[in-house]
Amino acid sequence: MFEIFASLGVALQLIGGADPELWSIVLLSLKLSLASAVAGAAIGLPLGALIAVGTFPGRRALIVILNALLGLPSVVVGLVVYLLLSRAGPLGEFGILFTPAAIIVAQTVLVVPIVAALARQAAEDAWGEYREQLTSLGVSRLRAVPTILWDTRFSLLTVVMAGFGRAASEVGAVMVVGGNIDGVTRVMTTAIALETSKGDLPLALGLGVVLIAVVLAINAGAFGIREWSARHHG
Amino acid sequence: MAEARPFQLEARGVSVVLGGVRALDGLDLVLEPGLRTVVLGPNGAGKSVLLRTLHGLIAPAAGTVSWSRPVRQAMVFQRPVMLRRSALANLRYALAVNGVAEPERTSRATAALARVGLERIADRPARVLSGGEQQRLALARAWALRPEILFLDEPTASLDPGATAEVERVIASIAAEGTRIVMTTHNLGQARRLADEIVFIHAGRAAERTAADRFFDQPASNEARLFLQGELPWK
Ligand SMILES: Nc1ncnc2c1ncn2[C@@H]1O[C@H](COP(=O)(O)OP(=O)(O)O)[C@@H](O)[C@H]1O
Ligand SMILES: [Mg+2]
Repeated sequence: MFEIFASLGVALQLIGGADPELWSIVLLSLKLSLASAVAGAAIGLPLGALIAVGTFPGRRALIVILNALLGLPSVVVGLVVYLLLSRAGPLGEFGILFTPAAIIVAQTVLVVPIVAALARQAAEDAWGEYREQLTSLGVSRLRAVPTILWDTRFSLLTVVMAGFGRAASEVGAVMVVGGNIDGVTRVMTTAIALETSKGDLPLALGLGVVLIAVVLAINAGAFGIREWSARHHG
Repeated sequence: MAEARPFQLEARGVSVVLGGVRALDGLDLVLEPGLRTVVLGPNGAGKSVLLRTLHGLIAPAAGTVSWSRPVRQAMVFQRPVMLRRSALANLRYALAVNGVAEPERTSRATAALARVGLERIADRPARVLSGGEQQRLALARAWALRPEILFLDEPTASLDPGATAEVERVIASIAAEGTRIVMTTHNLGQARRLADEIVFIHAGRAAERTAADRFFDQPASNEARLFLQGELPWK
């Protein structure tokens, strides 16, 4: 028990004292997770809205694939990305395995199904309300997709935050494709796993505290924006 | 926007089933050019479903809806849906979707807002406007599209008497410019003021179609007579 508090004390000193190792890991984590959330949103939001509003061949197959991705252990996703990016793999020529870019790819693959599923739910609700009105105005289903995305933008902010949270909290896939290389691909989660196994609890705890704080702050921000939008936009 | 070429709309044996309910049941109806039609009938008779079916939003389970030629249509719903953007942007959106380019888009949108007396709230978010303001905005949006036929489902249901009179005036002037009007209302005074003809719906069928000046004194159907007797004390 005492050890935990002692470690926590040192951890807070690391955070407050702007420990360069801790903060460089935090910064890399945030950058990669943000990039993955943006890429995942760019793919997942239109995909979710298209599935909600559209009627096209392959729609059902797409839903099954996305649901399967949602339930797949992330280490397996990491393994598949690893195989794709490895020297002998189809994307090997880019040579990005064990680089931050590989982490972004893996995290994006994990973010897309979550964002698409949540966006689909929001878009289905909106489409139920808008359908007759938009059809009456002469809006095609395809044209309705960007309209619905824009009209649910405040709910979708929460969706993108969920995607960010998914990316930031990933360990297994990031370990597999990034390699947890010190100063290159070591992010908060993989660092916590490593330091804990080495017994360096203060750094692990410090990173854990920062991770919790970041996720809390982002969700508080998203919540605040939704409250504001409900008051101002209805 | 006055359309020189007249058109006719014909529903033959139209049945509509919604959630297991037979909302329209072999309805026959002809809408001739140039008239203002008010659809009357008790709650649940099928008035809203009829308008949505004629407008092409509901596919009939049986029967046909046929137009004598392609016609530009618009509809004002009982509960209009506004997009999450300003009142003016809602009008501009409808115009953009229908291929109206700038600068006409903005000038038409602004003129439509002025027409229903909403210039002041052009920049306010549309979804937080009052029910009455949203209904007038929906009327402006429909009118901005220059429809040849305009369906209105209880367009004054949530308006106060002043706004109701204002909306009736706008509907009458839209009709005077040549737009075919087909509307429902629970306000029999409004039906008298606006209608050239009354279509009376009962149990998913058109019980009668009668010139307005005759309908209120001498309805042709027994259902309409009972309806008028039951409803008139409330007016
Ligand atoms: N989406 C729906 N699902 C099931 N029943 C419906 C639906 N829409 C309308 N109905 C039913 O169809 C009938 C006609 O409805 P409506 O046209 O709205 O009546 P009104 O004449 O009052 O406008 C009613 O019995 C109503 O309950
Ligand atoms: Mg109705």
